[in-house]
Amino acid sequence: MSFDVPDELTYLESHEWTTTDDPARIGITDFAQDELGDVVFVDLPAVGEDVAAGSAFGVVESIKAVSDLYAPVSGEVTAVNEALFDRPELVNDDPFGEGWMLEVAPSDDGFDELLSAEAYREQIA
Amino acid sequence: MASRHTPLAETHAAAGASTTAFGGWEMPVEFDSIRTEHAAVRESVGRFDVSHMGEIEVVGPDATALTDRLTTNDVAALAAGEAQYTCITRPDGVILDDTVVYRLPDRNGEVAYLFVPNAGHDAQVADWWTDHREEWGLDASVDNVTDQWAMIAVQGPDSPDRLAAVAADSPTDLARFEHTSGAIDGVGCRIARTGYTGEDGFEIICPADAAEAVWSAFDCQPCGLGARDTLRIEAGLLLSGQDFDPDAEPRTPYEAGVGFTVDLETEFVGRDALADQQATGVDCQFVGVTMLDRGVPREGYDLVDEAGESIGHLTSGTMSPTLDEGIGLGYVETDHTDPGTPVGIVVRGTEKRAEITALPFRSTSA
Repeated sequence: MSFDVPDELTYLESHEWTTTDDPARIGITDFAQDELGDVVFVDLPAVGEDVAAGSAFGVVESIKAVSDLYAPVSGEVTAVNEALFDRPELVNDDPFGEGWMLEVAPSDDGFDELLSAEAYREQIA
Repeated sequence: MASRHTPLAETHAAAGASTTAFGGWEMPVEFDSIRTEHAAVRESVGRFDVSHMGEIEVVGPDATALTDRLTTNDVAALAAGEAQYTCITRPDGVILDDTVVYRLPDRNGEVAYLFVPNAGHDAQVADWWTDHREEWGLDASVDNVTDQWAMIAVQGPDSPDRLAAVAADSPTDLARFEHTSGAIDGVGCRIARTGYTGEDGFEIICPADAAEAVWSAFDCQPCGLGARDTLRIEAGLLLSGQDFDPDAEPRTPYEAGVGFTVDLETEFVGRDALADQQATGVDCQFVGVTMLDRGVPREGYDLVDEAGESIGHLTSGTMSPTLDEGIGLGYVETDHTDPGTPVGIVVRGTEKRAEITALPFRSTSA
């Protein structure tokens, strides 16, 4: 099975993706949603809260599993995808699009430490 | 210890199933998606490989006495072709395992039973039988035949039609908890009208080397342990090792909501402790809990009353695919067991609103 890994995004080993914009948009990868199976719940921070790179910022639950979500970058949350509260299955259906989770205003330029699409492809190969 | 594999392991791998370790077995957890598999069983029919369940045969002049004295129900009440759900208890009344005992046709004039302990319990339970046979000086053979048999569950409202299409005889005449021998695709099987989904259905025991023929005869949705778990939670059915466990969650049949399996008129290991508990009443009871806030109840979460005081905990939980609500099973103190009683579920340190719910969560075709 091959998974979608868009070239323009950067990745964490723990299967989150982020854009390198300001604000940075964050979600979980196609591989992650497939491993989890049917996503039924997401617990996300509120707008205005701070997240720290490498630390858990929330939780995604499928029918069978509970997984922590890790922040690819540090900064203040500027937007939360509230559509996921009623339709968590968007994470399965469109993990890089409608299934996005947070937008964060990066407090430093930590993107260099993240995985390129090519490196992440190798990790999940 | 190396994992045990069912005779269908390669078939499942070829079908793209993801697997998980369960009770010492490597088992398919998901073929397509839990939602798809769950819906097939609720709405039409699905098939499960449940060959991880144990099979123990007990045959001989004292087979009835031995099995009756090691299970809570009245084994002597079974005629050939009948089965009963029952518990295996310790002297203190705590459940070691739950099981289904099948009375088989007599074998060479001897009374014969097959019983089905849970995954990974087969060796321990077989020893429990042989040790007590020796202690009591009874005459019966006890054979752990788990590896000789496969077990396939075909479950859902369309399961009778599906079975009728492939079985040589007419096992669809069976009543609930009856069983018979029958041929499926030329393979001699034992077919029982039993299951673990809350739906009508059948469990089929066939020789391990013929499992492939029987499995493929049922051309319907394959289902893994993921859907098996969501289905049984909706049905309010206990999972051995999780909703009760002699070490981690020691519970009696009365606490676990299966007091109907206890016949105090029979003599069995644990009887006196259970007679005492029946007279004095239980402190905690097995209940269903439905989440009112957003969230998913899970095993181990604490349950609190409206004052925030701990009143119990969950032993199972999931997002119900049928009801689209978070549902859980667990134990609460007896003054909080009425359906509709508000309770809190502590999810990662935050209290979420929930209420006690009558079991099963969903009325079913069974």
